[in-house]
Amino acid sequence: MKITVNGDPQTVAATTLAEALEELGYADARVATALNETFVPVGQRQAHPLAEGDHLEILAPRQGG
Amino acid sequence: MPVFYGTEIASPLMLGTAQYPSPSVMEAAFRRSGAGVATVSLRREAAGGQGGPFWDIIRGLGVPVLPNTAGCHSVREAVTTARMARELFDTDWIKLEVIGHPDTLQPDPFGLVEAARILCEEGFKVFPYTTEDGILAGRLLEAGCEVLMPWGAPIGTGLGLNNLYGLRTLRAQFPEVPMVIDAGMGLPSHAAQAMELGYDAVLLNTAVARAGDPAAMAEGFARALDAGRLAHAADPMEPRDMASPSTPVLGLAVLE
Repeated sequence: MKITVNGDPQTVAATTLAEALEELGYADARVATALNETFVPVGQRQAHPLAEGDHLEILAPRQGG
Repeated sequence: MPVFYGTEIASPLMLGTAQYPSPSVMEAAFRRSGAGVATVSLRREAAGGQGGPFWDIIRGLGVPVLPNTAGCHSVREAVTTARMARELFDTDWIKLEVIGHPDTLQPDPFGLVEAARILCEEGFKVFPYTTEDGILAGRLLEAGCEVLMPWGAPIGTGLGLNNLYGLRTLRAQFPEVPMVIDAGMGLPSHAAQAMELGYDAVLLNTAVARAGDPAAMAEGFARALDAGRLAHAADPMEPRDMASPSTPVLGLAVLE
């Protein structure tokens, strides 16, 4: 299905958020996720389904002031 | 030393982690200054990205981490970012920014209070980036904030304390609330002035990171903060308009 990942269009075979992270190369990454502007905790990624057109944000620690 | 939500920090210097020439320069600034808190952020990650190594460096600093919601202009953005930060950085602390205008980066007071209320109800320990407005401060305290962070001047300007009267009044209005001057610092003298007013800490980034020698500037800020804290505790004299001789007049020789 087609989804948007960090603003870029992507096509994935995954049907859950956890599968998508694995497929996109974030399997071991220290990241936090939001799907369609809603935070999805680590513990819910496995059960969280993906749908066509979803907007996925994948964030990591960065420098800040 | 300042106590925020029951946690005593080792230094009143709260230092940002952005804009340094390199990670090693940033680490040197933290070590030389003994900064008590490191502020961090979260941003989009590419597959195989660099978030992990940066997090390792931050943990190596050995100081509490204060994630921010920098760049958020709406309540929803800020709240979602805070929730993500809590998981990512494993802390309930959040520096809450809800920006009202892109040119001044002035806090949106209405969104700030709304977001603070939501996050406090969810158990966050909220450090709101606010203005010197005392009414707004009261609303933030009602929302559950136990720390206030009024700006000295707009973020990144280095102008120092723009509204001395407002900051002095705010300090007097809520004498028991831990308060941090957040943003606008340019020189160590600005930080000393904040502490002389009775503020508990100062949060800054650009003034150190963009200095020619960030580690030296960080130490300069740390020393200035100590000087200001000592001066406030020492009960400074009241200024006066007319001169008053410090050398005794009694016993002055008559030589004419």
